[in-house]
Amino acid sequence: MIPLLLSRVGTAIVVIFGVCTLVFLLIHLVPGDPVEAMLGEGARPADRVALRESLGLDRPLIEQYMEYLGRLPQFDLGESFQDRRPVSQILAERLPATLELTAAALVLALLLALPLGVTAAQNRGRPLDAGAMGLSLLGISIPNFWLGPLLILVFSLWLGWTPVSGRDGPASLILPAVTLGTGLAAVLARMVRSSVLEVLGEDYVRTARAKGLSERAVLWGHALRNALLPVLTLIGLQLGGLLGGAVITETVFAWPGVGSLLVEAIQSRDYPVVQACVLLISLVYVLVNTLTDLVYTWVDPRIRSIS
Amino acid sequence: MGLPIFRLPIAPRVALPTGILVLWVAAALTAHWLPLSPNAVDLPAILAEPGSGNLLGNDDLGRPVFDRLLAGARISFGVGVGVVVLSAFIGVLVGGVGAFAGGWVDLLLVRLIDVFLAFPGILLAIALAGILGPGIDNLVIALSAVGWVGYARLVRAQILTLKRRDHVVAAQALGVGPGRILFRHLLPLTLAPLIVEATFGIAGAVIAEAGLSFLGLGVQPPQASWGSMIRDGVGYMLVAPHLVIAPGVAIALVVFSVNLLGDRLRDRLDVRLQG
Repeated sequence: MIPLLLSRVGTAIVVIFGVCTLVFLLIHLVPGDPVEAMLGEGARPADRVALRESLGLDRPLIEQYMEYLGRLPQFDLGESFQDRRPVSQILAERLPATLELTAAALVLALLLALPLGVTAAQNRGRPLDAGAMGLSLLGISIPNFWLGPLLILVFSLWLGWTPVSGRDGPASLILPAVTLGTGLAAVLARMVRSSVLEVLGEDYVRTARAKGLSERAVLWGHALRNALLPVLTLIGLQLGGLLGGAVITETVFAWPGVGSLLVEAIQSRDYPVVQACVLLISLVYVLVNTLTDLVYTWVDPRIRSIS
Repeated sequence: MGLPIFRLPIAPRVALPTGILVLWVAAALTAHWLPLSPNAVDLPAILAEPGSGNLLGNDDLGRPVFDRLLAGARISFGVGVGVVVLSAFIGVLVGGVGAFAGGWVDLLLVRLIDVFLAFPGILLAIALAGILGPGIDNLVIALSAVGWVGYARLVRAQILTLKRRDHVVAAQALGVGPGRILFRHLLPLTLAPLIVEATFGIAGAVIAEAGLSFLGLGVQPPQASWGSMIRDGVGYMLVAPHLVIAPGVAIALVVFSVNLLGDRLRDRLDVRLQG
């Protein structure tokens, strides 16, 4: 158990280091001069020099990189060019909204995907299976930047049930969560289905059936507990799609999270904020995945014994 | 439940999505020569409803939605194919070389793959496209910079198992060079899973292009993309919902068809893609 734990954490550290490096290099991809891109061509030379110095762009690349790495552990991500405040402070304000939205979408996705996937697996090859999987394929094919506006049109504008946008009370969370959660629900339903199907073919399921257990007891007592293990890992992996999708969903609903902050920062060429948003979301993703890995080894004794 | 299409026998189940895709590709390839005027401003026709003169009505500047839809097909097809070709090329190269060379080269490339996998794909694409600046070329670069990882992982896993096969060992014993073994004896065998991955890749790229264009990071006005059409239409949703509905239906139909055929293809080629 301990060596496995160490190797997982070791990999995570290497990956985090790589992520930080890639994010550092992002700003150097700006075509031409980032300072000019930020200030525009009509800027005064003195302002340019000042900005270049404050961004550290006047120094050698390796020196900038070292300083960047040195500041990271102190959560010093530089200063926003737009509102002249520490980037970490802005992120701290925005992060709760994103976490709330992704958590709600995740819960919603599970509530939809579990019954859909299990039903499909139980009725394999029948119309119910085809219908559930067709529905899921449809869910995968509908982009969230279209679903969002459609939901707004129907439920906010026509029916007047929910606010059009913003984050004000639980009612405002419903549409963004549905928009973001639907795609994940569709993907998860397919995974739940194939995972349950795989388990239903196992010997112990046949044994359970042979000893006369009801289909319900076989499913809930024996099959699902094992079928949901791989789904757990997949949820960790799919979280990336959820966090990425949050960028678009937050923009559609003017949800004040890290995603909409990223888009605003791109539009105003606030590169330190762009860097920080990408870094934060990716680190959350890496951490969650490492945690899921560890939880997985803890829940499934078979993996523990292999190591 | 059960969507009507799933109750059909196999033939129409394939024919329907194939038909949609043929229309999509035909529109993309011929849009240049068709008598379309996607950017023609017609002020009296502003926000005209579908059927009133123009098949799908007009947008907020009086431009014909149908013409813009066809012009958008060209963008989505071009970006979809461009991204898949470019990412598959990079991915096959990285994955193939890594698995075949082994040792520290492989270790290094695997770490690189790990780091790229640590970013939620669309997030990195959004940031890259935003930093590189708007435009179709940058869009393709940004999406490929994210998309190659899947192919690299796939090819690497395939070649790791394939390179122990007898015919490869025999070729090595005969003194065939590593480059020739990789390209003649290994890569052709990875083709089936690659084709399946690329099919789903097109669906992903179409959605991603529309998504980035929706955020204003793709095509620049007045050029039409399905994503930018949705963005432009959102403000007029209450008075002219067709501005949002038409391009959305186009995206969903194309992506749904590609995914449906991808599923069939995977079953036919008997490929198991890893998570």
